[in-house]
Amino acid sequence: MPVVAGYIVPGLPHPLLAPDRSPHWRAVRDGFDAAAARIRQAMVDHGADLLVLYSTQWVSVIGHQVQADPDAAWTHVDPEFHQLGSMPYRFRIDADYAQAYAAAAQARGLSCRPVSYRGFPIDTGTIVALQLLNADNALPATTTSCNMYADRGETLVLGKAARDAIDAGGRRAIAVAVTSLSARKHVRPVDPADDQLASAKDAEWNDKLLEILSEGRLEDVAQLARTVAHQAHADSQMRAFWWLSAVMGQHNRYRGEVLAYAPVWGTGAAVVELVPAQVAQGQHEFDEDDVDRYHGDLEVLESAGTQRGPGGAPMGAALGRGLGRVGPGEIPGAAVSLDKLLDQPLPPRPADLAGRMAAPAGTRADRSTTPLHEPPVVAGGTNAAAAPKPVGPYPHARRVGDLLFLSGVGPRQAGTDTIPGGAIRAPDGTPQDYDIEAQTRACIDNIAAILRAAGSDLSRVLDVTAFLVDMDRDFAGYNRVYGEFFATVGATRTTVAVAALPTPIAVELKVVAAAGDVDLAALADGKWTGA
Amino acid sequence: MGSTSDAGTGRIVAGFLAPHPPHLVYAENPPQNEPRATGGWETLRAGYAAVRERLAGLDFDVIVVHSPHWKTVTGHHLLGVPRFQGRSVDPIFPNLFRYDYNLKVDVELARAIADQGRAAGLHMELMENPDFRVDYGTITSCHLAHPDWDVPIVAISSNRAYFYFSNEVGEAEMLGLGAATRRAIEATGRRAVLLASNSLSHRHFTVEPAVPEDPSFERPYSLNQYEWDMHVVDLMRRGRCRQLLDEMPDFIEQATSECKDGSLTWLLGALGVPDYPATVHAYGTVIGTGNAVVEWTPPVGSA
Ligand SMILES: [Fe+2]
Repeated sequence: MPVVAGYIVPGLPHPLLAPDRSPHWRAVRDGFDAAAARIRQAMVDHGADLLVLYSTQWVSVIGHQVQADPDAAWTHVDPEFHQLGSMPYRFRIDADYAQAYAAAAQARGLSCRPVSYRGFPIDTGTIVALQLLNADNALPATTTSCNMYADRGETLVLGKAARDAIDAGGRRAIAVAVTSLSARKHVRPVDPADDQLASAKDAEWNDKLLEILSEGRLEDVAQLARTVAHQAHADSQMRAFWWLSAVMGQHNRYRGEVLAYAPVWGTGAAVVELVPAQVAQGQHEFDEDDVDRYHGDLEVLESAGTQRGPGGAPMGAALGRGLGRVGPGEIPGAAVSLDKLLDQPLPPRPADLAGRMAAPAGTRADRSTTPLHEPPVVAGGTNAAAAPKPVGPYPHARRVGDLLFLSGVGPRQAGTDTIPGGAIRAPDGTPQDYDIEAQTRACIDNIAAILRAAGSDLSRVLDVTAFLVDMDRDFAGYNRVYGEFFATVGATRTTVAVAALPTPIAVELKVVAAAGDVDLAALADGKWTGA
Repeated sequence: MGSTSDAGTGRIVAGFLAPHPPHLVYAENPPQNEPRATGGWETLRAGYAAVRERLAGLDFDVIVVHSPHWKTVTGHHLLGVPRFQGRSVDPIFPNLFRYDYNLKVDVELARAIADQGRAAGLHMELMENPDFRVDYGTITSCHLAHPDWDVPIVAISSNRAYFYFSNEVGEAEMLGLGAATRRAIEATGRRAVLLASNSLSHRHFTVEPAVPEDPSFERPYSLNQYEWDMHVVDLMRRGRCRQLLDEMPDFIEQATSECKDGSLTWLLGALGVPDYPATVHAYGTVIGTGNAVVEWTPPVGSA
């Protein structure tokens, strides 16, 4: 059980600095104190040895940041609630874990940097959570920023990276999402004793979320995030719930308990505990896809047609030039990253590329480990020594009349089984970066080798079926290389996305070709009489 | 520093759109900033050099700055302690900006602005906690415009009304705050320079080159953003600030403009929505965002 418990806690300073000015703030403070006692108990009962936080109040824009200053100390004053007093702090940050977390995020395709600077402004939410849950630094901790452009995929992958580093370090962590439920604050001062939710719609959704959380259905809440963000004033579009669910394993098998819920300056402030359980208590409401590796978000296509320049001229036609919409955190609606669509805004510098390509601890693999077969010998069958051995009992190609039917072929190299462009995942399942163009080229080279062995060639290919494991990421690159070989061949083609291929490759092609002794023109006319 | 005995002679001597990319401070290697650069963003820095030259020739006794990076929901807040000393680390670009500041505040003017704002129906608060860390937008704009720090400042927070309500509410708040600022300057006899610490278009790249000042990286985020920025700068040049305010909702929406944080609207409000031409000292991009350094010099005798 690498994550022994999860908590959702609010990040405004009132329960820390002024709990007794309001019964509501006091209630939240009591919830914090109860959670702190349980965390202390988890150290005894489960050997908890790490606190990993994600705070919606630490906003980042260049990917994500992880706090890595081993002795982070300063006196913080909240920019809005400065009249409540100062927050001096000194935190024991687990710099090794923070570095591993950031490296794991990079290995999953995210931009992520550990930060360790004297005087770095740690956010109010992190300070409140660490002061109240871990007052004496009994547990080493770290905290993560909330990228204001990040969509669900990016945030899930970040949570998985936190978990990768927990697993790799053999840690027993407690994950803490520092977030309000609803986040709308009062815009005019209120009497603290009379604090209340700033919006009735917010109150309604908060109740619903707490009911689901009390049933331990964390993943259900994460799945509902977009709906909630649409209908109520969610804190940073509920990103913290995506992160927390990813860290904790994306399921509903928890015992959930609401330790406090009250308004703090109009926001919905809840302290919730989630402890792993044997069985799921609630039904699944999953309909969102899972994602293991970050390749950029693509919902931007929805807004492409609506983009306008000054004077109302539509800009959408020039995809990737005219797009610029979507913005800083508080603009309602989905924040999306356009970089993917812009066809990479920048060529990665060699140093960046090296950083992105490096998998943790030398686990990177570039070859398949799937068991191979000797192809069966059949009438009309072809088995090419220059093509990779099959992963099942089938020949490379088989002739029937005028046609050659080829088995699906990937990019693996004959003999070595290496995968040009790299395997898409390591043997332990860790996703890896790879080059779709190199894979596609190798794939077509293998087809050419098989056709050659059968007495035909690429120019005689009639029909191609292509299988991609990641259409969004790879179609363009695959299509480019395809064009290099097939632009003038005129083969029919079908490209589909599949969940997986039997080896760690991203592309496989299945081909039907005319045999080498067939007159193509006559075949087209139906006049070929056979060789 | 002026005093109430100057009442009646106070005026805004100049107002500037003075954006705050920390990159520009980083590129100059001032002694206060810890990271070292080899240069970068020369066009915008030349624009700021022109501002510094202008200010050297102007007689002023306070800088009033409105910064998007001090965000408040409950009203408008102003620094209310005479002196702040500390270290400002940009939470987003800590690699570029770790700046030791030591600045004076014109608390009397801050109080006067708060009073004028309240009289206009706004919620105003003075920030009186001496441990407070001054936001990096304020530090950056002030440093770039007048790095001597020998003149006291008044710093005003960015109220979230544009975000919480609508462009209309946001604009009403910011124009009201601008007018209150002007009335307070006039009533206290200050000769004030105003800085609106806004970028224009603001969607930016989400990756940073390994060498931050690598000039091969820098370009507008998109054609759309560039066209909007050129249009807005053109309106400023032609003295068409009323039209600019009318088009602000589209600009904010379509170019993801940082003007949504209200600094520019506040400045235009303080200047009485200028109908005279502005001087555009520079336009350039920083990590894809559009930034213009622009000056309005109110004709003497104008309200
Ligand atoms: Fe900014």
